[in-house]
Amino acid sequence: MLSFVCTIVRREILLAARRRGDWLTAQFFFVIVASLFPLGIGAEPETLRAIGPGVVWVAALLAALLSLDRLFADDHRDGALEPLMLAPYPHALLAFGKALAHWIVSGLPLIVIAPVLGLQFDLPPEALLALIASLALGTPILSLLGGIGAALTLGLRGGGVLLALLILPFYVPVLIFGTGAVGGVLAGTGAEANLSLMGALLALTLPLAPWACAQALNVSLE
Amino acid sequence: MNLNRYASPSTFYPLAGRLVPAFAVLAAALVAVGLYIGFFVAPTDFQQGEGYRIIFIHVPAAWMSMFIYLVMAFWSAIGLAWNTRLSFMMTRALAPTGALFTFLALWTGAFWGKPMWGAWWVWDARLTSELILLFLYVGYMALQAAIDDPRRADRAGALLNLVGVVNVPVIYFSVVWWNTLHQGASVSLTRAPSMAHTMLWGMLVMALAAWFYTLAVALVRVRTLILERERRAQWVRQMEHDA
Amino acid sequence: MPSASRADDALALTAAGLACERGERRLFEGLDFALAAGEALLVVGGNGHGKTSLLRILSGLSLPAAGEVRWRGAPIRAARERYGRAMAYLGHADGLKADLTPLENLRFAAALRGRALDDAAARHALDRVALARCAELPARALSFGQRRRVALAALTLADAALWILDEPLAGLDAQGVGMVQGLLDAHLAAGGLAVVTTHQSLVLDACAPRTLRVGPC
Repeated sequence: MLSFVCTIVRREILLAARRRGDWLTAQFFFVIVASLFPLGIGAEPETLRAIGPGVVWVAALLAALLSLDRLFADDHRDGALEPLMLAPYPHALLAFGKALAHWIVSGLPLIVIAPVLGLQFDLPPEALLALIASLALGTPILSLLGGIGAALTLGLRGGGVLLALLILPFYVPVLIFGTGAVGGVLAGTGAEANLSLMGALLALTLPLAPWACAQALNVSLE
Repeated sequence: MNLNRYASPSTFYPLAGRLVPAFAVLAAALVAVGLYIGFFVAPTDFQQGEGYRIIFIHVPAAWMSMFIYLVMAFWSAIGLAWNTRLSFMMTRALAPTGALFTFLALWTGAFWGKPMWGAWWVWDARLTSELILLFLYVGYMALQAAIDDPRRADRAGALLNLVGVVNVPVIYFSVVWWNTLHQGASVSLTRAPSMAHTMLWGMLVMALAAWFYTLAVALVRVRTLILERERRAQWVRQMEHDA
Repeated sequence: MPSASRADDALALTAAGLACERGERRLFEGLDFALAAGEALLVVGGNGHGKTSLLRILSGLSLPAAGEVRWRGAPIRAARERYGRAMAYLGHADGLKADLTPLENLRFAAALRGRALDDAAARHALDRVALARCAELPARALSFGQRRRVALAALTLADAALWILDEPLAGLDAQGVGMVQGLLDAHLAAGGLAVVTTHQSLVLDACAPRTLRVGPC
């Protein structure tokens, strides 16, 4: 079973490596979106610090959504989704493998770039640390929940926008706990409370989301 | 009475047809009673004067918006477990009314907030959760609209509904949490005037009225859905022929 | 004559009372057949009559509106993983990733079925379908017919008793058609089963395939 997950992850990484341009574009999208806010709101130091955590997190949400659209759609178009569904392993494992691959290819870069963006918003080192931690716990949740949306909207006309509409309400708790963690550090109350809540959410999502995603794949492919 | 009999669209259709006028009349009567209580019987509030009376619409609408989502989830679960077409049609039929009540709750919340606290919108925990609930309803309806195949649309919507219902407590908790963190939002629509008995009765009657209204409207929609889906069935053709 | 209990375990694909609905149309109903080792089933019918739908039901990708498919006596819904190991499905799309080479595609296809594939075996399979030269090119550089042949190579490596092929001859030239027929012959001769749809005529040496017509109700 582990080999199945590893195969899926290895293939996704290899495919992303072959399309490095696409991958880089997505990372630049993250940076551009985050940079828009100071231009729109103002770049005074207090403002920057106030909006920083929220802006980085919202940009991360949008960047994750951007690549989620193709999670199953590419394979569906190629005809490569059918062998995955027919493989002699539980469908939930396929969903988990895909979410894990998405996190490695799209989520990890966000975690690496975010502190740099945080510096743009004049966040102190402790806040940057909290930002990294909150993203480390939160981006897997984004991938897991996003997989459900990607499976439900497979092959539909509405495409990415519909996916965003469906999934963004479910992202709200992740956003709140993520920004709350950084905000807590900035306010002096610490990040533990929000990080533990985020951790609890991850623990809940990890077993349930792949199962829901598998059901959604079955519904969409029948 | 064998309830299973009514699981078939052909037997449910005439039953629904008989129930709709009864529910509609009940709803109208209850609205009249509720509004009478709300506007004439309930006393003037000590703190908020007459303007508070909008809660007789706001609170029942908010209750219904939540309740309908739960009922939808119930039918979604039944439909997915037993593959009954009628259950999915009930879910579909309830969604627009649920969205309507959510929308109504948001607007009446705004109308309440403006004279009381001077702002058209306050990021109060309850109102914010209502807003997200509206997104959940809209998402459900958008997904159904985007899928052509009725079977896939039914099941995808049901799945989304169930995922939503599991997430709603999490979302609500996180919004309340967020609200307590940002002390700026000191106004709270949850700090409603302490309830006199008549106020509570008024809201309950309005809620009941809303429920019967929902049933009536949903049953009308279900009947339309049945006709649409089963149009090739013998009994529908017979009905058309007799008409 | 094998006893009843042994017959249950024997390689056999049976379908009973299969019905299929697409949208709101009933494509077919009351479909039955039984296929034993070494036999091939040819599914024929006009366009849009449900041949692909039938194959998707047989592979387990879709649920039938009615009826049941059994593999070795057990319903395929219940024993999905065992069935997945025993069956290989080739649909309209070839299932190749355009950015990967045929060799990489073959290796991943095998890994997804839980089998390791060494380089030599992969190259040998590509050789059998006359694609040895293209082994290192990205799949998007190959023509439609060449990609189909890579998919067929994956089929030969799958070690599956049952082949379910949807239009395997589509887009192939005369040489390609001969190759497919040769592969099917070898598969059936080794005791495998095959369900095939095609618009063209399929000539098999091993046995005359049984024909199943799928048509409007």
